[in-house]
Formats: sequence, structure tokens, C-alpha cells
Amino acid sequence: MATIQVDIVSAEGEIHSGEAVMVFAPASMGEVGIAPRHAPMLTTLKPGEVRVQDADGKEETFYITGGMLEVQPKLVTVLADTALRGDQLDEAAALAAQQSAEKALEGAADETDVARAQAELAEARARYRAAQKLKGKR
Amino acid sequence: MAGEKEIRSKIASVKNMQKITSAMEKVAASKIRKAQRQMEASRPYAERIRRVVGHLAYANSESKHPFLNEREVRRVGYIVISTDRGLCGGLNANLFKTMIGEIADWREKNVAVDLVLVGAKAVAFFRRMGGSVLGTATHLGDKPSVNDLIGSIKIMLDAYEDGKIDQLYVVHNEFVNSMTQTPRVLQLLPAKGLASDEASLQEHWDYIYEPEASELLDHVLMRYIESQVYRAAVENFACEMAAKMVAMKSATDNAGEIIDGLQLQYNKARQAAITQEISEIVGGAAAVSG
Repeated sequence: MATIQVDIVSAEGEIHSGEAVMVFAPASMGEVGIAPRHAPMLTTLKPGEVRVQDADGKEETFYITGGMLEVQPKLVTVLADTALRGDQLDEAAALAAQQSAEKALEGAADETDVARAQAELAEARARYRAAQKLKGKR
Repeated sequence: MAGEKEIRSKIASVKNMQKITSAMEKVAASKIRKAQRQMEASRPYAERIRRVVGHLAYANSESKHPFLNEREVRRVGYIVISTDRGLCGGLNANLFKTMIGEIADWREKNVAVDLVLVGAKAVAFFRRMGGSVLGTATHLGDKPSVNDLIGSIKIMLDAYEDGKIDQLYVVHNEFVNSMTQTPRVLQLLPAKGLASDEASLQEHWDYIYEPEASELLDHVLMRYIESQVYRAAVENFACEMAAKMVAMKSATDNAGEIIDGLQLQYNKARQAAITQEISEIVGGAAAVSG
């Protein structure tokens, strides 16, 4: 089966590097699925999860808080702002973050505060969703 | 020969110095591990984004981003990354020597050089040396953060966008190993010729951009510059700690040698005094009995 090299890095270090048959990523204009020999693409990423399927059908999930994605026919590079391996995700912490973001949104006064709170909320939600999904799988 | 008392107080003061240098050596040795980890962590991102930007330079998009375009060089910019504190051997001196060589090379070609300085040592050096300094950033501490660097990066990027400078470099110390650090000059802008797999990129192609290309390129290139300068700062910090450790170790050793020498001198002085006293007593006794 054709495979594609996937590199996921964040500012804190290398997260994942390996061959895959399919990669899903939360692009800013909707989720994208990338198979080998995909056309070159460059996009920003929203907070969410990156899923990597390898040739054995195993799937690994990485949580990112946003970043960039570059696709070359044989190479996918995810430049994450921060990335977490799926199993590092703590559901309780994620929920707490979501709640505090919601609270911040309620109390937010001016526009920049609202924008920031919304971004935080989106991030917290994505984190929570990813954690829940993972829990279901285990 | 100096008196016993003087030598004794000299020994005491050298011993104090030795204590300080050996403490500094230990502090540097413990910090170096953390600094090295920080440096290694920043590497993958910096390298990957460099590769992405290298690919970008080959994309045949309708509008080329100014950061990717090469143009005639009339003025260049350098971001010089030095340490905040001294006592780290020839680390900064070597870096500045390299930088002065670069400036001289450009001057021969009639190209002026603008500087942005990071670290108190560079600021002090170029204040004495002269040179066109656009901005400075000092006191980054043990954990340089991107936020501390953004201001000085922005100065250079604005200058580049306004056409005030035509190339941008960053100069810092490269961490070869804990004994060896060498100055390195790295070209940041225009971002060209960075990809190692160039051969496969020659055909006519372009990216699918999501969202708008110009907006996206701004974002990518901004992150690219930031990550490169951040990585340089982190690496330079690791170099500082390594150089400091080595410098302080040799200072401690030297202090030990000086103490040994002084101790010998002290013993000699003491013995001479005793001998003199005895000969005086013997002389006195001989005079009385004789």
C-alpha cells in the first residue's frame, strides 16, 4: 500500500514521525483527509485532533491547539502550536478548561476579550471532545 | 620577601575566589542540562518549518511574497545574539570577531549593515564599536521566550518590507558540544535555497492555499522567522552555559595553582623567620658566654 511520511512537530519538540496511509487534520476551512500523492497544500489549522492511520490500520490521535499544515505528494508536515499525544489528554482537565473559558466569555467586556475567550473556548471544546472520544475507544 | 601575614591574607582571598568560581562552575553545569534540553526541543520545529519555507520558495504562485523574492543588495540586516553576562571565556569575543568580519566584507561591496542586538554584551560592544543599531533586547534570562524577541524581530521585518534592508541574517553561537562552540551566520531572508530535496520540486506546481495565499504566507513566514531566531537564542544560551562551565573550571584550577605557589612562599618566609630567630638567639648566647 502506498504510504506518506507524516511529521508532527510543535514548538516543544517532535511529536510524531512515521509512515501513514491516511491523515486527518482540522484545517481552518473544514477537516481534511490526506492520502498519499495528495496535491501540494498549505493551510492553517484550528484547535482539534490530528488522526494518523498507519498501514496496519492502527490509528493514533494527536491533539493540537492550532498551527499549520503543509502537504507535499510524499510528505505531510504538521507545525502545531502545541501538540499532545492522545493518551496524555486528561478529560477532567479539559472539561475544567472548557468551563472556565465559558465563564470568561460571560464576563468578557470589550471586543478583544470576547475574541480571546472565544478562541479559548474553541480550544477547550476540542480538547474535551478529543478526550471523550478517546475514552470511548479504551 | 613579603611578610608572613601578607601572604596569609593573600591565600585567604584567593581561596575565596576559588570558592566563587567553583560555585559558578557547578551552577553552569546544572543549567547546561536544562538549556540543552530546551535547545533540542526547539530544533525539530525550526528544521521542519525551514523545510516548508524552502518548498514554498519553489511554488509557482501568482504573487510571490516579498520575503521570498531576491533583490539587489544595497543594505543588509543582522540580528546578533550574544549573552547577557560575561565570564564565559571567548564566546562573545569570537562572535563579535565574526560579525566584524561580515561587516568588513559587506563594506568592500559598498553595502551598509544594520544591526539588531540581543544580549547586554552585544549592546555594550557595539556601543563602543559604533554601527547602525536599530534595536536591542536584553535580559532574556534562563528561558528565552519568543515574546521577548518579537519586538526586535519586527523591527527587522518592517525594515525588510519597506525595502530598507535587502537581506536578513542571524548570527549566534552554534552548540557543537559542551567543549566547542562556533559562531554561525544564518540567512533568514530572502528565504531561498533552504530545501534539501530541491530536485523533486523543479516541476511546475503550486499549493492549494486555505485560506487566502497572502494571509497564509504572512503567517507561515512570520512563524518561520520567529522560530529561527528563538532557536538561535536558545542555542546561544546553551553555548553560554557550556562556555561558562569550562571557563570557571579553568579559573578554579588556576586559583588552586596560585594557592599552591603562595603556600610555598609562605612556608619559606616562615622558615626564614625561624632560622633568623635561632641564629639571633645563638649569636646572643655566644656573646654572653664568650
